[in-house]
Amino acid sequence: MTSPSDPSEPVTGGDAGANGEGPAGRYYGRGVPYLPMQDYPGKLIAIEGTDGVGRSTQIQLLREWLEVKGYGVVETGWTRSPLMQPTIELAKSSNTLNKLTFVLLYATDFADRLEKEIIPALKAGFVVLSDRYIFSALARAGVRGVDRQWLRNLYGFAIAPHLVFYLNVDVKTLIGRVLAARGMDFWESGMDLKSGDDIYDSFRTYQQKLLREYSSMADEFRFRVVDARRPIDRIQDELRKNVAAFLESSEKPAEPALTR
Amino acid sequence: MLNNLTQPHEYPGKLFVVEGIDGSGKTTQLGLLAKWLSAEGHRVFVTEWNSSALVKAATKTGKKKNALTPMTFSLLHATDFADRLLYKIIPPLKAGMIVLADRYTYTAFARDVTRGVDRQWVRELYSFAVRPDLALYFRVPIDVSVDRLLARRIKLKFYEAGMDMGWSSSPVESFRLFQGKVLDEYDHLVNEFGLEVIDARGSITDQQRVVRNVVAQRVPITRVEITDDEPV
Repeated sequence: MTSPSDPSEPVTGGDAGANGEGPAGRYYGRGVPYLPMQDYPGKLIAIEGTDGVGRSTQIQLLREWLEVKGYGVVETGWTRSPLMQPTIELAKSSNTLNKLTFVLLYATDFADRLEKEIIPALKAGFVVLSDRYIFSALARAGVRGVDRQWLRNLYGFAIAPHLVFYLNVDVKTLIGRVLAARGMDFWESGMDLKSGDDIYDSFRTYQQKLLREYSSMADEFRFRVVDARRPIDRIQDELRKNVAAFLESSEKPAEPALTR
Repeated sequence: MLNNLTQPHEYPGKLFVVEGIDGSGKTTQLGLLAKWLSAEGHRVFVTEWNSSALVKAATKTGKKKNALTPMTFSLLHATDFADRLLYKIIPPLKAGMIVLADRYTYTAFARDVTRGVDRQWVRELYSFAVRPDLALYFRVPIDVSVDRLLARRIKLKFYEAGMDMGWSSSPVESFRLFQGKVLDEYDHLVNEFGLEVIDARGSITDQQRVVRNVVAQRVPITRVEITDDEPV
């Protein structure tokens, strides 16, 4: 075990403001002055975890389930803004990124999605499922030696999610899954850190560091840590149980009205 | 918070920057300064705001579709700045060259805050920047700047005129309102960051004389050394 938090533990972490306490639904830091946050009806749920841990599969299943229950769902994912995606792809492929521009390109992408997707969806009462959130950016930049206080200030315009699920996995399991699924890629292996030419060694070292960064943020950002070494449906059950409890405590589901 | 912007740098080179709203004449003055410093035998490198290839595509797309929000506008410019700082500004400074920057972080502080971005946030955003050895602020009344721009160009640009704020549908009126507020922000910056104010209403030659006098105090200039009584 390389990660300080034990993935065999069930769900831990705070309630991320489920009862109106804490920063959930508010800006983490100084925020965007021209977009004051109010108590919007929507909910923001982030699924975090390193590359290949199974985030998108879980989001797919969660979405299905939520829609059947009558919730409107919007998905958002890292580097998916129309404004920034081509630039980020180009920069990654041409290897011209240094660690600061890396961080800032991702922050721009996030700001674009925050203003144009996330906030409007929250206003309109959707459940927003975010595939990765700022924590991936914080972890990657932290591993690369970017000043942690500067990073937290930079992302002070991010909204604290109502729930953050962190899919926790050990590096050995991760390696097995990534190799079985699609192989190791340059960035996921942290090859830009130039710790060596061997992609396997680099992947292992880099992902170990990443997992450590994520774990170090668990308390600060109230992660609900989920053991992602288990089968897909077991993980999904746990996510659903938590999401259901949260949604019931914060609003009336549409289901009774529909079946009446 | 990093404090690079408030602490002097330790590179052998010098960093001089010019600031001011559009139509203040700062680019003209920077060009003349570069000519003179080169003629004096200095190795000079000039870098312009928002000129890196990295973010050009995104800025262009965003501007063309008028799709930039104040936050993405601010972050894109910071990305451009970070890219240029690390590839274009710091290496020449390390090599002992003189770097002349046409606009610097103060442009972001003035413009982004005018657009509604948090004042402290944008300062902390740029806290990785190198503190200039000299920042010249070309202060000009809004009427003078409008007259200069209208005399030269057919049309004011969308973001330059602050049309994204929706304050006026007339580009000229919007420019006046927006850049007028930018001027107010610059006035705060003068004391906060110790900008050297140049009266930009004067003639080009008069201004350049002032500029060269100020710069001469910061770099070895042969003509200035003549007054020294040290024997050869």
